[in-house]
Amino acid sequence: MHINLFAMIDAQKIRKDFPILSREVNGKPLVYLDNAATSQTPQQVIDVIVDYYQNYNANIHRGVHALSQEATDKYEQARIKIQKHFNADKAHEIIFTSGTTHSINIVANGFSSFLKKGDEILVSAMEHHSNIVPWQMLCQRTGAVLKVIPMNQEGELLMDSYQELLTEKTKLVFCNHISNALGTINPIEEIIEEAHQVGAAVLIDGAQAAPHIVGDMQKLDVDFYTVSAHKVCGPTGVGMLYGKEEWLNKLPPYQGGGEMIAEVTFEKTTYADLPHKFEAGTPNICGGIAFGAAIDYMNAIGFDAIASYEHELLEYATEKLLQIEGLKIYGTAKEKTSVISFNIEGLHPYDIGSILDKLGVAVRTGHHCAQPIMDFYNIPGTVRASFCFYNTKEEVDILAEGVKRAKNMLL
Amino acid sequence: MQIQEIQNAIVEEFSMFDDWMQRYEYMIDLGKSLPLIDEQYKTDDNIIKGCQSKVWVHAELEGDKLIFTADSDAIITKGIIAILIRAFSNQKPADIIEADTAFIDEIGLKEHLSPTRANGLVSMIKQLKLYAVAYQTQLN
Repeated sequence: MHINLFAMIDAQKIRKDFPILSREVNGKPLVYLDNAATSQTPQQVIDVIVDYYQNYNANIHRGVHALSQEATDKYEQARIKIQKHFNADKAHEIIFTSGTTHSINIVANGFSSFLKKGDEILVSAMEHHSNIVPWQMLCQRTGAVLKVIPMNQEGELLMDSYQELLTEKTKLVFCNHISNALGTINPIEEIIEEAHQVGAAVLIDGAQAAPHIVGDMQKLDVDFYTVSAHKVCGPTGVGMLYGKEEWLNKLPPYQGGGEMIAEVTFEKTTYADLPHKFEAGTPNICGGIAFGAAIDYMNAIGFDAIASYEHELLEYATEKLLQIEGLKIYGTAKEKTSVISFNIEGLHPYDIGSILDKLGVAVRTGHHCAQPIMDFYNIPGTVRASFCFYNTKEEVDILAEGVKRAKNMLL
Repeated sequence: MQIQEIQNAIVEEFSMFDDWMQRYEYMIDLGKSLPLIDEQYKTDDNIIKGCQSKVWVHAELEGDKLIFTADSDAIITKGIIAILIRAFSNQKPADIIEADTAFIDEIGLKEHLSPTRANGLVSMIKQLKLYAVAYQTQLN
């Protein structure tokens, strides 16, 4: 029996969970289409944040008192929720971080002690700056060489070139699961498998994928995977680094401080076991707990329903926007999520974004922290509309009308 | 005309409009009358940092007055720099240094004044004033 998953999302009902969606901007109802940057937070998650500060705010792991124990339990429960969601083998393979950038830096920093001159690191052509700069810094420190997996005009990685680039010198491969600027879903299963054949480790940046697809750590057999909570209806400033236990044991700690030690004397420090080895200092306790609540919230809606609903929104929006003369969409991969990067011939993305803002429509403009992609297309940037399961076709209509209005005003 | 008089005139022109759309349309029109920078000065050195779009500004002394020319690859930004140049060009460097910029607020572009705003209006004002400081030193 065919089930219409689009009908399973009652966006009007879901929208009531998000207080911010009922506010106005510049005198117009907010149309929030910047979800790839930050998703909004439902009341269920806000309640968890308030509950933490109202009822059990305390430092974790060290206290003998009841509040500390309660906070520790909730924090560790959140870790287990996240472990189960991403199907990691062990809870201590989930490291709480401040977000994807922090997660990537832990790995990049850790690998400086493993790499030597002449080793190679492969990075995809469609990376976010946060997945380029740490590796460039790593190469500067170690003498390793950074090589780029090219892409085609549609915004798809050239897998033949990837295979040619993979050699015994390749020690690490980095790629995003989904491109933030183009929405392309990359064939990470293939990327991971082929990298492993030459003995290279793989880090997948899952920041853009986590709101749309559930990455299965064990099935993917990925070495490292990173996620930011603020892209999955959670708070800002918290995220995760998944790492295979064997890798996390091998990597040196990133920061020194409290919580990450086993024993300290002035002569020597021995490090704590996983995951605490990578969680120096007081963590974002409330953030971690709320991250867990956000994962619960999204699972209650259901990722199959979310994917199906967002796909229909994407198709509807693509069709609507392409009706506008002179509008070009960047990123037309066969496999893509609900992100549309576009420009109008003769107009700067900043101009379009400014007019849309006046109409209450929030989009991102600029290079989306992915300048190499903009250089590839030889454009200064794009307007990016990114859709979430709480967006509606009516909002897509408002976007399309807004773009037309901007075009009329500007051209 | 003195800087303050020009600013008053701009404020008066903008006060005729009822809503943001008319203000933006007028600003876009003003952008079309911007004294354009000579192509040879459209270099990376003349780009104002802090803007999402590119803005080039060139300054030249004519007698004891500073003449600004500019361009931008974005239409709204072009309008904003056109308004600034109308107020500050053909003025003495010392007057430019001293000039107040509260008129931006009065013409309903207050949101653009935030230093965190990507259009870099604040950077543009700063750059025009920096030119004035540099040429003032030369005049001294």
